[in-house]
Amino acid sequence: MKTLWAYLLKYEFYNCLIFVFFCLIFINLKLYNKLSCIDKCHAFHLLKKQYYMAIINLKINGKDYPVDVDPQMPLLWAIRDFVGLKGTKYGCGIAQCGACTVHLNGQPVRSCSLPVVAVANKNITTIEGLSEDNSHPVQKAWIEEQVPQCGYCQSGQIMAAAALLSKNASPTEADIDAAMQGHICRCGTYPRIKRAIQKASETKPSKE
Amino acid sequence: MVSRRQFIKNTGKASLALWLGATSNGFANTAFIIDAPSNFTPFIKIEKSGKITIFNTKPEMGQGTFQSIPALIAEELEVSLDEITIVQTSGEKQFGSGQAAGGSSSIRGNYNEYRKIGAAAKEMLIKAASIKWGIGIESCYAENGKVYSSKSDKSFSYGELIEEASKLELPKEPKLKNKSDFKIIGKSIQRPDIPLKVSGKVEYGIDVELPNMVYATVYRSPVIGGTLKNFDAAATLKVPGVIKVVEAKRIVGKYNYSGVAVIAQSYWSALQGRKVLKVEWDTHGYENFNLSDYENKLRNLSKEAGVIDKNIGNVESIKIEPENAIESFYETPMVAHHTLEPMNCIAHVNGDMLEIWTSTQVPSAITGSGPNDLHSQIGIKPENIKLHSKFIGGGFGRRLYTDYVIEAVNIAKQIAQPVKVIWSREDTTQHSALRPMTFSQLKGGFSKEGELISFQHKVISPSYFDSVGSSFDKSKVDAIMVEGIGEQAYEIPNIKTSYVYADFHVPVAAWRSVTSSTVAFAHECFVDELAHKINKDPFDFRLQMLSKESDTKRVLLKLKEVSNWDKSLPKGKGRGVAQWGFFAGLCAHVVEVSIAEDNSIKIDKVIAVIDLGEVVNPNNVKNQVEGAIVMALTAAIKPGITIENGKIKQSNFNDSPLIRIHETPEIEVHILADGGKIKGVGEPGLPPFAPALANAIFSITGKRIRKMPFDLNLF
Repeated sequence: MKTLWAYLLKYEFYNCLIFVFFCLIFINLKLYNKLSCIDKCHAFHLLKKQYYMAIINLKINGKDYPVDVDPQMPLLWAIRDFVGLKGTKYGCGIAQCGACTVHLNGQPVRSCSLPVVAVANKNITTIEGLSEDNSHPVQKAWIEEQVPQCGYCQSGQIMAAAALLSKNASPTEADIDAAMQGHICRCGTYPRIKRAIQKASETKPSKE
Repeated sequence: MVSRRQFIKNTGKASLALWLGATSNGFANTAFIIDAPSNFTPFIKIEKSGKITIFNTKPEMGQGTFQSIPALIAEELEVSLDEITIVQTSGEKQFGSGQAAGGSSSIRGNYNEYRKIGAAAKEMLIKAASIKWGIGIESCYAENGKVYSSKSDKSFSYGELIEEASKLELPKEPKLKNKSDFKIIGKSIQRPDIPLKVSGKVEYGIDVELPNMVYATVYRSPVIGGTLKNFDAAATLKVPGVIKVVEAKRIVGKYNYSGVAVIAQSYWSALQGRKVLKVEWDTHGYENFNLSDYENKLRNLSKEAGVIDKNIGNVESIKIEPENAIESFYETPMVAHHTLEPMNCIAHVNGDMLEIWTSTQVPSAITGSGPNDLHSQIGIKPENIKLHSKFIGGGFGRRLYTDYVIEAVNIAKQIAQPVKVIWSREDTTQHSALRPMTFSQLKGGFSKEGELISFQHKVISPSYFDSVGSSFDKSKVDAIMVEGIGEQAYEIPNIKTSYVYADFHVPVAAWRSVTSSTVAFAHECFVDELAHKINKDPFDFRLQMLSKESDTKRVLLKLKEVSNWDKSLPKGKGRGVAQWGFFAGLCAHVVEVSIAEDNSIKIDKVIAVIDLGEVVNPNNVKNQVEGAIVMALTAAIKPGITIENGKIKQSNFNDSPLIRIHETPEIEVHILADGGKIKGVGEPGLPPFAPALANAIFSITGKRIRKMPFDLNLF
């Protein structure tokens, strides 16, 4: 064995290095392929040229995503374009339409108007984190009532409804109006949104 | 048809599949994966494995075509919607020039044609099974993706039959199912796109991400019509992440615009770069334009005779006593589409090839080779354009325009990477073509006996056709701008409708239900005025003008019944009725109102009857009508778009508000689907709402509303 190593080191040193190098690439590629699309997107953005001094850690749906962005960048664009979660939508950019709603420590917030620096290491939940399989009571009710038309606002609507029901298991119509009136649906699915929330409230939502 | 030889040749290649579709003359056809006739549009693909794919050529923007078109085919093919794979087409040549959604036309335009395609496929599969079993076709039947023998318990899956079926002649007139045998059509089956939309996984144009992609934002002239003089990008290029600053040309109908695009590593960086961009615009001739002046111009234009649209009887020679004549003037504003997904497009120019990812209502206009299709505006051959048509976050007519695609392509030509151009909400509000305002002059005259014998409706407005193309003949009527006003079913002996053209430099667009969204307000409020003039119940007054059988009469009779119109309302409540039939379809509403404690008008309930002839998914139709009413309510009571000093004054939802959940009334939708002409779904629920609401307000306050928008708090 000793002689083999001695031989390899003496005569095949560079070949060995090349072999080890390719092994490493192979292992890395295997690992990379195991990543989800979202992780790939995130990895891709981390490889991009770095512009900002600080890397901010975003804790989204229970996972850590360090992002190298302008600390003043709204959370929305970090979630969409740097973490790669596209379920959270851009609608107005000024907290008027609610399409960008996510949960921050369980509270519904407008990610278009929150700089990333303000939410570092805080618990953020997006529509993708609500359930893996549409099993959240609000999502189930949304399907039963066939709420969406174009669907663009619905991630935000669902996040707001889920937050409402986690605080108030049986909201009145006035409670629903108060919790949901920050959300615009241009297709006009409001009657169904109301019915779906009422339906979900009957099924007693589990804690997210 | 392919020959047996071609079949053998093709089986050696790739996957064997039976394709079925239609040729340009509408007949169902069949072919294998290769060597299909050139005019063949495939709609069904059945693979040996049993996998069935149905292609949907109508973009999904919320109206439900992702389900309803495949449903028509699947119904006749005898497969459940759960068993099929639906593929959204992207303007590919083989899927023809009809890959577009607009005018509520997807179902009404092709209801029987799509069914025939499914029926022809089913007949061939049944025949194939009968040959294999050596029994008559009358002993075979199709169900759940299989052909069964009624003489034994044998069955073949469709996949097992495609080889045999492919040798068969096409059925020339495939037999369609009886309505009573429908398993999909007419049933409220859950839509396949909804789970995707509830999980956040659905992909709109704005969600597409490509390797090496960069982002762009465009600074456009704040004054509409302004041209680019020069720009200074020195400060912009110092912003971290900014890559390049280029000119961005855009075409909207007959108008050519130039903006300045900031290209960056992220959208946020691009926005920061745009903030410090210095641009000089030449706004000469446009910077003093004020919409209020223009509206005065329209009022003055009402004195002109205009061009005649319809002239039935002889309005001019009828003698009407002054006390029997009434005249009114109605006004409506410009409004924005406000699709919740802002305009956006990804374009990648690679040599002479172009690839586009976007949400569009008109895939065929992006990849097509017609004279007005995209290629003519960007100088790239249509065969070199590849489109990826994505789910649409709201269309309403805005995405019939391809200006945002043209602009993205012109930016992409100047950078090697794919570029995603995102319009901010402000950009989308201030630089999109808008629904034009229409002003209406109406005149009515009664005989001494109280019969309505004369009716005139003159529309004064900018022209849609003038805006979208430069060849509009101003001596003719713009048919879009007088939409529906000469086609109402009321039997009036003398009717004249006409149009006065008004020059306008702002691009105008079709907006859900097009001009019916404005002229129906004038027309149906005026009918209400006529009824009150002779102290008639407005519902009875309408029905008395409908002696002959018509769809309008059926709809109104149904509405009278379901709204309990014959029962008097409790004290303190009012109601109004309106109907509208136009190219897209027919719908009528009763709106019930009361006066709230703060003296504002409260809308208690809207009762709608929509006439469809045939219905595919009743629950989806109800969703569409509910949505149309909410959109109509926004247009009726929320401020429209105004222009001051050449600039659009509104920019976002704070100053151009939309109806929200707490302002939405109770809505009850009834569907008439008892045969007859097949009508559209997406638009007809909109036009009758504003007049029914204004008529209801009159019934309770005695105040006649003749201008949209109107404020519910001012009564």
